[in-house]
Amino acid sequence: MPAIGPVEAARIPTPVVRHRLDGERVLRGALLTGFALFLWLFVGYPLLQVLWRSLLDNEGQFIGVANYVRYVRTPAIAASITNSLWVSTAAMVLTVTLAFVYAYALTRTRMPWRGFFRVVAMLPIFAPSLVHGIAFVYVFGNNGILTRQTGLNVGIYGAKGIIFAETFYCFPHALLILVAALSAADARLYDAAAALGASRLRTFLTVTLPGVKYGLMSACFVVFTLVITDFGIPKVIGGKMSVMATEIYNQVIGQQNFTMGATVSVVLLIPAAIAFAVDRLVQRRQYSLVTSAAQPLAPGRSRLARALLFVYCATIAAAIVGVYGVIGVTSLVARWPYSFAFTLKHYRFDTIGGYTPLLNSLEVAALTAVAGTVLAFVGAYLVEKCRTIASGPLYVASILPVAIPGMVLGLAYIFTFNAPGSPLNRLYGTLALLVLSNLVHYFTVPFLTATTSLRQMDAEFESVGASMGVPFWKTFWRVTVPIALPSIVGIGMYFFLNAMVTLSAAVFLVAPGTELAAVAVLLMDDAGDTAQAAAMSVLIIGSGLLVRLGFWWLLRGITRRTQAWTATPSEG
Amino acid sequence: MRRLAFSLLVLVLFAMPAAAKDTVVVYTALEPEQITDYMKAVNKTLPNLDVKMLRLSTGDISARFMAEKDNMQADVVWGVAATNMLVFKNAGLLEAYAPKGLERVQPLFRDKANPPAWVGIDIYMSAFCFNTEIAKKKNLPKPASWADLTKPVYKNEVVMPNPNSSGTGYLSVASILQRMKEPGGWKYLDALDKNMAEYTKSGSKPCKDAAAGERAIGVSFEYVAMKMKKDGAPVEMVLPKEGSGYEMEANALTRKAKNNAAAKAFLDWAISDEAMRLYSKYFAAVSVAGFPVPEGLPKDISKVVYPNDFDWSAKNRDRILAEWQKRYQK
Amino acid sequence: MTAHRSPAVALERIAKKFGHVVALRDASLAVAEGEFVCFLGPSGCGKTTLLRIIAGLERQNVGVVRMAGRDVSHLPPSERNYGIVFQSYALFPNLTVARNIAYGLEARRKSRHEIDGRVAELLDLVHLRAHTQRYPAQLSGGEQQRVALARALAPSPALLLLDEPLSALDARVRLALRQEIKALQRRLGITTIMVTHDQEESLTMADRIVVMNHGVIEQIGTPVDIYTEPRSRFVAGFVGHMNFLSVVADARPGWSRLGALALRHRAAPPVPAGTPVTLGIRPEEIIVGSGARDAENRIVGRVAGLQFLGAFTRLRLDLGDSAPPLECDLAMGALAEVGAKEGVELPLALRADALRVFRDPTPPAASDA
Repeated sequence: MPAIGPVEAARIPTPVVRHRLDGERVLRGALLTGFALFLWLFVGYPLLQVLWRSLLDNEGQFIGVANYVRYVRTPAIAASITNSLWVSTAAMVLTVTLAFVYAYALTRTRMPWRGFFRVVAMLPIFAPSLVHGIAFVYVFGNNGILTRQTGLNVGIYGAKGIIFAETFYCFPHALLILVAALSAADARLYDAAAALGASRLRTFLTVTLPGVKYGLMSACFVVFTLVITDFGIPKVIGGKMSVMATEIYNQVIGQQNFTMGATVSVVLLIPAAIAFAVDRLVQRRQYSLVTSAAQPLAPGRSRLARALLFVYCATIAAAIVGVYGVIGVTSLVARWPYSFAFTLKHYRFDTIGGYTPLLNSLEVAALTAVAGTVLAFVGAYLVEKCRTIASGPLYVASILPVAIPGMVLGLAYIFTFNAPGSPLNRLYGTLALLVLSNLVHYFTVPFLTATTSLRQMDAEFESVGASMGVPFWKTFWRVTVPIALPSIVGIGMYFFLNAMVTLSAAVFLVAPGTELAAVAVLLMDDAGDTAQAAAMSVLIIGSGLLVRLGFWWLLRGITRRTQAWTATPSEG
Repeated sequence: MRRLAFSLLVLVLFAMPAAAKDTVVVYTALEPEQITDYMKAVNKTLPNLDVKMLRLSTGDISARFMAEKDNMQADVVWGVAATNMLVFKNAGLLEAYAPKGLERVQPLFRDKANPPAWVGIDIYMSAFCFNTEIAKKKNLPKPASWADLTKPVYKNEVVMPNPNSSGTGYLSVASILQRMKEPGGWKYLDALDKNMAEYTKSGSKPCKDAAAGERAIGVSFEYVAMKMKKDGAPVEMVLPKEGSGYEMEANALTRKAKNNAAAKAFLDWAISDEAMRLYSKYFAAVSVAGFPVPEGLPKDISKVVYPNDFDWSAKNRDRILAEWQKRYQK
Repeated sequence: MTAHRSPAVALERIAKKFGHVVALRDASLAVAEGEFVCFLGPSGCGKTTLLRIIAGLERQNVGVVRMAGRDVSHLPPSERNYGIVFQSYALFPNLTVARNIAYGLEARRKSRHEIDGRVAELLDLVHLRAHTQRYPAQLSGGEQQRVALARALAPSPALLLLDEPLSALDARVRLALRQEIKALQRRLGITTIMVTHDQEESLTMADRIVVMNHGVIEQIGTPVDIYTEPRSRFVAGFVGHMNFLSVVADARPGWSRLGALALRHRAAPPVPAGTPVTLGIRPEEIIVGSGARDAENRIVGRVAGLQFLGAFTRLRLDLGDSAPPLECDLAMGALAEVGAKEGVELPLALRADALRVFRDPTPPAASDA
């Protein structure tokens, strides 16, 4: 029988029979419009502003690509591109290599203290990036504790310092991805390799590595993006080395050259966007790798490997603990490294108006967590469950922010929310704008988390509700949200922790009355008040850990409550 | 419930900018630890004022102020380098205002126009911090002059502020160029650059780095040098024998605050005797005569400074910074 | 059923496409009140799309949906008054069995007391009284299906829609549930439309079957109609087994030729001699052995294979080069009687009243309006 072709289809009119407009459809349409408007106003439009500004001169005259030409022709500025690229690549290789071995030890051996090692490795997530730079200066600096003790000066200012500090900062991000990748192993492949008489090396090369190649690529992408867009570490420890993120800052803050700042921003978008596109392509192919028939892999039994890996993990864990220990000690002694007398005076913060920045940060982080979680989840719901022609573009717009460096976003927001006569100006200089910038900057991961958790649900929940006359928002609230609660809590935590430590976008947007803790760390370090900077870091890390603990406790409660309905059948 | 969340968000978005009545938004580049001191007095003398302060380094605060020119946030600029004030004035960002007690201010310390666009409050000058401990360990002689800083023995031991972001940095560079003229001044700066370990963003950081032993010599300004010494760091202050560069810090009313009585009240206070007495604790000289000079500084600063041509400094600022950046920023 | 009563569901010339893919063409149908109708067809035939259009979960490009005479084409799902059970059940995992069943009732602002009463009633109806406070994950597949049924029935809808409700269950549970659903439907007298790809399911459960293929309704009729009087070769092949013989029409009406052999068949609209047509006969309608000796349409087949199927055995019979092998079902007794073994030649007869005629090959466009 011939298939029904396009000719046939053309005979059927394209518009479908319209349903009467009821409250539900109006609400759904309004929400979709609201979400689209949000993405346009806070992602699309600001980015276009940056792009447009990069084509103007400082007097606002259109000059085409002249700024770009000037950028690449000024050797000192152009050097920032190559510096950024090679430093990011080096940090990426180092971080992913170190994290891979660490993750391997955690997942594929019965090494003792695995839980402890895993927790310690997560510590850098709780600190603003520049804290790692500060700690490195304390230890390896010209007058660092190690340099004083051994007389050996490693020359930490410059590329070396950036690479090593970034490695610390990015380590947990890479580790999370690699642990997940290495956990999903299929024992049958290893059995097959063993049965075929493959050596351990050959098994590693032909089974282990290919099995985690997507995880490795993802980790590389994440680390590369983190490093190339990070501004805090190069600022603190870069010495005379200029990278693109600091170059934007120098152009804008140092020279009030906004158009050149915009130009560097657009250039900085390119590597981030490429890395993003590659990662998306790779992710798409990843899912079929481990089939449901896969058998879990029993950890290996070699005692020598276990001992070696234990030493390895212990070394890294000790280094991480050491970094934070140094920060803690500095904040508590009179004058590192001259006087180790105990004091709490660095915690008075009298030069920055006391605890206001910390309280602001907590407020911004809490608001970001609440507003961000609502927006990411509702947004994902709208894209996933209310299929319209807008779904595709909205999805792309929602995952785009991950490719926007924080500095660029901050600059974009200055252009957008500080324009003459714009009604959006009311947001400028408010905590709300900081909340919004965090929300956009960290939107992608929560949005994807929410999407995944929605896709795992039965597609017909809404249909069932509709068939019984239950409005979709009621089913959303009574069924969708409770089922997704673990993901929702995770999203809230992600937003909170990132908002606590973020620096890059915020540094352009803080205003009188909206100082933030992480920015205060930067300013105090800048002003040479490093002990106070360390003290503020300790408080940021401490509050992050407390909140993390709170979330853990919350999740445990949820898991306990939901155990009943996630159980397997009790009888045939 | 979700509606509640949304209305909360809306509330957050639009309710927050609403400000209380007597709010004054102040942009300043004064040192944080001084501000704490001053604000205690402000709060006591002007209890009805709600001062919202943004404190950044000279370059940062100027950039911010210029960037916001179409949507101005600041009412008052307080304690920002006079060189930058000239730039603001030319850009039309300032509102001329004669604060109460203006007659007491020495003519040198104010804008020539009447009423003045800006009024100075203090003078600070370049000074070196020299870490004696590092010096002993590395066998470094104590430098006495700008010329000394280019000696090969100090290679990678000197830090100075980036003139792009720091008022201190700019005053040093401008003073060198005024004294040695161009291109001689640039030749000196080339030589200095060879010994430079880093150009910092803030003006006080070099001295604090020297105090922390991260660097042997930090080119900063006199106040921070004395403070580090008092705090027990192994540093000595050096006033270079060619003469220190100096800069004046000044106050101004912004275009936005034309009719803001609270902002004017703040500016009145900022040149009052009470304020001057506080400033004089920290600075080599203040703009009203008759206040004491801090301990450890020469009684007559005109003996140790190289005279600054503010107009030249302001007029050539963009050109100098561009040239400086081309040469030294990599 | 009186003539002036409007049908419970009436579909008038429904068409639906997804992009360039046509899912439904010109589907019209009337379902009487209290009737159990099955949409039967292979996957992709448009049966689920048609069900979802009735439910308002999908919107047609053309056509009208009426319920009890009222045009509901423009009504959203919530205003169409039906209950639906999906293949996946779509039970809310975070709600207990009782709360799942009460879900639709709570939206109708009934009192707690009323709701509890109705939930208890339905739990009795589906024999799940003991599981009231369990969560879906704690139930077996069959139990989950019964909860889904109870949930759909709870608000007393006028129409019950079942989308492949039994296909996720294992064979034994499926058989038991067939009976149970059918009995329940009889007892409640609720108009029911079920989508299935399982012909046996539709034959045992439906009052009427709607056979669909490639977005077209091929035939509507009772199970017996569909089985004995399939209107197209597709229906004949999809519902039950049928042997097909490619023949050409003979000059005598009611006759055709298979090679040299003349076959008499059922009366059919006359076609010019020499027109290729297809004859169809079900495996159990072929007469084998001594009974075939004196019958008309006699032929001889050699046993090429035997397939033991429990109650009967299916023989594969080669007719020589001119025709494809025939399949023929024989009960145990008959099998012994004819002495069927591989290689043995058997006399056969194709009963003329069992030989149905299908016009060859019917392109889909031909069945259009």
